[in-house]
Amino acid sequence: MSTSIERRLELKGNDVACYERMLEIREFERRTNLLFAAGEIRGTTHLCVGEEALNLGLATVLNPDDVISATYRSHGISLAFGLSSHSVMAEIMGKSTGCAGGVGGSMHMCDSSVGLLPTSAIIGGGMPIAAGAALAFQIQKKQNVAVAYFGDAATNIGAFHESMNLASIWKLPVIFVINNNVYGEYTRINLSTPIEDLHIRAESYAMPHAKVDGMDIYAVRDAMQEAIDRARSGDGPTLVEAKTYRFSGHSRADQGLYRPEGELAMWEKRDPILLTEQALTKKGQLDEATIEQMKATAAEIVDAAIIQAQNDPEPTVKDMFSNIYSSQKVG
Amino acid sequence: MRFRQAIVAAMTDEMKADESVIFFGEDVAVAEGPFKTSEGLLDTYGPIRVRDTPISEMAFTGAAVGAAMMGMRPVIEIMFMEFLGVALDQLVTEGAKMHYLSQGEYSVPMVVRASCGSGLGFGSQHSQTLENWVAATPGLKVVQPSDAQSAYSLLRAAIQDNNPVMFLEPRILYAERGEVDTSLKMTIGEARVLQEGSDITVVSLGNMVNVAREAIAESGISAELIDLATLVPWDRQTVLTSVKKTGRLIVVEESPWSGGWGSEIISYATAQAFSALKCAPMRITAPDVPVPYNGTLEARYVPTSSNVAAALTLAVNKNEISQPWWITEGAN
Repeated sequence: MSTSIERRLELKGNDVACYERMLEIREFERRTNLLFAAGEIRGTTHLCVGEEALNLGLATVLNPDDVISATYRSHGISLAFGLSSHSVMAEIMGKSTGCAGGVGGSMHMCDSSVGLLPTSAIIGGGMPIAAGAALAFQIQKKQNVAVAYFGDAATNIGAFHESMNLASIWKLPVIFVINNNVYGEYTRINLSTPIEDLHIRAESYAMPHAKVDGMDIYAVRDAMQEAIDRARSGDGPTLVEAKTYRFSGHSRADQGLYRPEGELAMWEKRDPILLTEQALTKKGQLDEATIEQMKATAAEIVDAAIIQAQNDPEPTVKDMFSNIYSSQKVG
Repeated sequence: MRFRQAIVAAMTDEMKADESVIFFGEDVAVAEGPFKTSEGLLDTYGPIRVRDTPISEMAFTGAAVGAAMMGMRPVIEIMFMEFLGVALDQLVTEGAKMHYLSQGEYSVPMVVRASCGSGLGFGSQHSQTLENWVAATPGLKVVQPSDAQSAYSLLRAAIQDNNPVMFLEPRILYAERGEVDTSLKMTIGEARVLQEGSDITVVSLGNMVNVAREAIAESGISAELIDLATLVPWDRQTVLTSVKKTGRLIVVEESPWSGGWGSEIISYATAQAFSALKCAPMRITAPDVPVPYNGTLEARYVPTSSNVAAALTLAVNKNEISQPWWITEGAN
C-alpha cells in the first residue's frame, strides 16, 4: 500500500501516471454517484467530473510541502494530491479509516503529509487561510507556496477580494486558482457575474493574472509553473483562471436540468481525459490496448477501495470527543 | 499599570519569549492601536512581526488561521468586537474546526483580541459584549479579563495556548490601573475566587466583576465573588463548590437578558446543587435592547452596583429574588 506522498511523487514527470490517476478519479466519481443514488451513503456529495486535468496539473507542479486550501468538491483534488481511493471513500462513508477519521465526510478531506489543508465547505472560506499559510512561509523565509483553489462563484464573495488585496500588499507567495466550471451551485456564471473572464479582477489588486484551458493538463502546468516561480522568488501572488466545465450537477440532489441544450455535449468533446489520451497517444506513450488495461485497473482499484471501506469499522463515540482541542503544551 | 499597558506588557513578553508570535490588525503598528494597546511593539519587533492590515477582518482573521496552521502564533486585534461579525466564518467555521477535521494534524494557536462592552457612548454598533456569539463553538476558547493582572496573565496564557482563543477586552477598563505581578500565571479554564463569603455566590465576568465587587461592599453581605475569567471552557468545579457552600447564586452579566452565558451557569448549578439551594438562582443582565447612545440610558442599560446590591440583600435576607428592573418599573 503506497503512502499519500509516494502516490503523489509517482506523478512527477510521468504523464502516463497522471492519465491513470485521472481515470481513477473519473471512476471514483462514477461509483460514488451510484452509491449515493442507491442510498448507500448518507449526506451529500459534489462530483468533479470534467476537472481532472486541473486537479492533476496542480498536483504535479506543486511540491508535497506546498499547501492547498481546496473546497467541498474534494474527491478529485485529494486523489490527485496522493490520497488513496480507499482513504477518500472511507471518509465519504464515515469510516474510522477515512482521511478525517470519518468525522469529516465527503466535503472535508485532509492530509498534512501532502499539504492538503482541511477542505472547506464554505464558498471562499479557504482563501484567507491560504494567504495566511503563505504569510507564515514568507516570515519563516521558506520557499514553499500556498494555493487557494476555488470555484468561479467564489469570486463574488468578500473573502476573495479581501484575500487578493492582502496578498498583493504583502507580496505573499500564494496563487489563487479559479476553477471556472461555468456554474455556481445551480446558477450559470453569466447570471451571477457581469464579466466572462474572471481573472481580470486581479487588475484591481495590481496582481499578475492568467487564463488557461483547464481541460489541458499541459497548459495548466505551464501557467501554474510561471505563477509558482513568481511566488517562490518573492514576487508575490498570481490569479490563475482555469476554464473547465462541471459535467455533473452541483451536488447529489442536482441533475443539472438548467443547462442550455447541447452545452454538456459540446464540453464532452473537450473532456480532459479524452484530450490527455489523444496527446499521449500522439506521442506514442499510449495505445488502445494499454488504455483499456488502465481503465480496467482503475475500476479494480476503486472497486477494492469501496469493498474495503464498506467493511471498515465505524468511528467510536470516543472519536467524537477527540481532537476538539489541542492539548499540546508550549515552551 | 493601566489595563491597556498590561496588554502591551503581555504582548511584549510573549513576542520576546517566542519569535513565532506575530501581531496584526487595523492601525496596530504605526499608530500603535486605537486604544494604545500596542505601544512600542512595532519599534521593538519590527514590521515583519507587527503589521497594519487593510480594513479586511475576514482576510486577516483567516490569515491568522492559516499562519497558525503553518507554525506561527498570530495574535490579531479586532478593534471593536462587532467587527468580528464580518469575519466570523474564519474563526468559528474554519479556525475552530481545523484540528478536528485534520484528526489533530493541524493546530491553530491564535489569539483574537477584541475590545467590547458598553459605557463609553459608542452607540449600538460599538458597545456590545457579544460573548454569546462565540461561546457555543467547540474548538474555540473564550476568555475575558476583569483587571490589569488578569489582562496580563490571561493574555500570556492565551498566546501560549495551542488553540484559537477569543480574548475579550472590556473597553471601559483600558485606562484603569491595577497592580500587575508579571510572575503570576493564570490558567485558561480556571476561575478566580476574588472574595470568600458564606451566604451567596456571585459569578461574573469582565467589567461586571468590578460592579459585583462594589455591590458586595455596598450591601455588606458575606458573598463569595467568582471571576469566571474563562467562559469556554468554564470552571464548573469552582462554581459548584461555592454554590454548595453558600446555597445561593447570582450571576451578573453585561449581555442581554436572552441568550446570555449566565443561563448556562445557572442551569448547571441548579441541576447539580439543587438540594443545596436556599433560594432560586438569578441572573442580573442588561435588557433585551440595543445599547442606547444617550448617557443616562446607557447607564441604565448596564447592571449597576445598586441593582446587584439590592438583589444580594433580598436573596440573603429573604430567600427571594427580584424581577428585572425593566419589569418592576414597567419600562417594558
